[in-house]
Amino acid sequence: MTSHVTLRNIVVAALLIMLALMPLYGAWIGNNFVLILFTRIVILAIAAVSLNLIMGYGGMVSFGHAAYLGIGGYVVGILAYEGVPSGFVQWPVALIVSGLFALLIGALSLRTRGVYFIMITLAFAQMLYYVAVSLSRYGADDGLTIYRRSQFAGLVNLSDKVVFYYLCLALLLLVILFVWRVVNSRFGMVIRGAKSNERRMRAIGFPTFRYRLACFTISGVICGLAGALLANHTEFVSPADMHWTRSGDLIIMVVLGGMGSLFGPVIGAVAFLLLEEGLSRLTEYWQIIFGPLLLAIVLYARGGIEGLLAGGKRG
Amino acid sequence: MVLFIEQCLNGLQFGLLLFLLAAGLTLVFGIMDLVNLAHGSLYMLGAYFAATFAALTGSFVLGAVLALVATLVVGMAVEVIAIRRLYGRDHLDHVLGTFGLILFFNELVRLVWGPAGRTLPLPDWLSTSVQIFPGVYYPTYRFTIIFVALAVALALYFVVMRTRIGMLVRAGASNREMIGALGINIKLLYTFVFGAGAALAGLAGLMQTPILTASIGMGENILIVAFVVIIIGGIGSIRGAFVASIFVGLVDTVGRAFLPTLLKLFLTPAAASAAGAALSSMLIYLLMAIILIVRPEGLFPAANR
Repeated sequence: MTSHVTLRNIVVAALLIMLALMPLYGAWIGNNFVLILFTRIVILAIAAVSLNLIMGYGGMVSFGHAAYLGIGGYVVGILAYEGVPSGFVQWPVALIVSGLFALLIGALSLRTRGVYFIMITLAFAQMLYYVAVSLSRYGADDGLTIYRRSQFAGLVNLSDKVVFYYLCLALLLLVILFVWRVVNSRFGMVIRGAKSNERRMRAIGFPTFRYRLACFTISGVICGLAGALLANHTEFVSPADMHWTRSGDLIIMVVLGGMGSLFGPVIGAVAFLLLEEGLSRLTEYWQIIFGPLLLAIVLYARGGIEGLLAGGKRG
Repeated sequence: MVLFIEQCLNGLQFGLLLFLLAAGLTLVFGIMDLVNLAHGSLYMLGAYFAATFAALTGSFVLGAVLALVATLVVGMAVEVIAIRRLYGRDHLDHVLGTFGLILFFNELVRLVWGPAGRTLPLPDWLSTSVQIFPGVYYPTYRFTIIFVALAVALALYFVVMRTRIGMLVRAGASNREMIGALGINIKLLYTFVFGAGAALAGLAGLMQTPILTASIGMGENILIVAFVVIIIGGIGSIRGAFVASIFVGLVDTVGRAFLPTLLKLFLTPAAASAAGAALSSMLIYLLMAIILIVRPEGLFPAANR
């Protein structure tokens, strides 16, 4: 039996405690900015966890995951615009619609492999991007402002920044718990088996296509949830939410943190967004540093931050 | 009818321009098995170099030649410094690493040339029109693009199929270890192929600049279209890239010109123009999705892959 007190676990625990205490720190320095930044980090961490489910555990590199972020956001935005402010309607619809899109896109894309899969998911995301651009009733290119955050009949008040932050954090933990249960279930074993040797999984009788499709759809639903949260956070949705560079950002978060590990995407999201924030204060031209840094991470830190902490034991 | 011919020529011209980009992309993928998202950055650099050199020398042609040489050098330098280390890695690593290069080059251009775009004025002898049918004129410059791109395509065909270097390139595409074992300097070959691809991208970029302008991020949108082209054509196949790029160029241009009008037959004018704009932007992605669903490896899958 190995010890649970490893550098990696200490860092993860410290990160969780830090996330839990963030609103106190914000209140202490009397500045809302930290809380707003961290709400965004937590929401994008949910999206990164969902991408990690298919990419890290299932080997399906989706270069169009921002599409579900956009779909979830647009469902909330459009329902709010059409006079349905209730979160009890908005959120389930957001999850269902992103799930349906993921089911359809997955059913078509999973017929291809490797770089073809990367590109076909990108193509579908681009299509949805252009659909969003053409929604002239809902702001088209300029995006859609949401005047009221989702209403939960007085149960939770999303306009309270601290309440909203804790809601997002709770959902992030729930999602991680869910992913943990999924990947360690029989279903998750099949998904991971199909990643390392799909032929063999098929040969021993698993219909891998259906398993992968189910996994892809689950991931889309979770990312749709992140989209609904993000729309509530920024009180705004625009086609830019589904731009392909946003999908690239999500992939970076997952790889930066560590693919195929439970907390890796969270570490990645925190590191990516803090790095972005820090570098952009350092210089206006922050990407000139960030670009080569990304290349260096790809070249020299294969397992991401998670892998470095675990001492390179993971592959 | 006149409009239709004009749009078809525009489509052909756009398609050939796409071919210049897609050829480099598909060569690099076929031979080095590398997904290079930063190819669009070289396209952008070609455009900026041409604008600067043309302004410095006062000659369009001289500026273009200097820009080609500069992109070739930059391409080879990028290969030696960064890209070389990505060979043999996972495709995901390629996507991420070259995404990093895109960020770097975009910021570099912003730093060197500033956020405003650059224009590249045409010399007088190119800014005329040619009469193609009685009463129908077409810009000389667009014809020049068509001729230059066709000439490059032919030259590329000749080099790849008829010369010793082309033979090595083809051999490298089908069995990398083997030609290395036969004593070919494979590193040099890779640097050369990458540089040539970069120069082709630069050529596409500089030829596009007089029509649009050189701007930051110009490479990214067209890069995704070029990827659509090589996916449709089958990755690694130059013939596939040629057929697919003309196909995509025509579908995109003609679709944008006529879909809104076509939709007006069924929809109200306002709905038709909105739906038409969305549908024509989506058309090539739709095409690619359909082709991949029917033929998951593209139209002309390269052998041995």
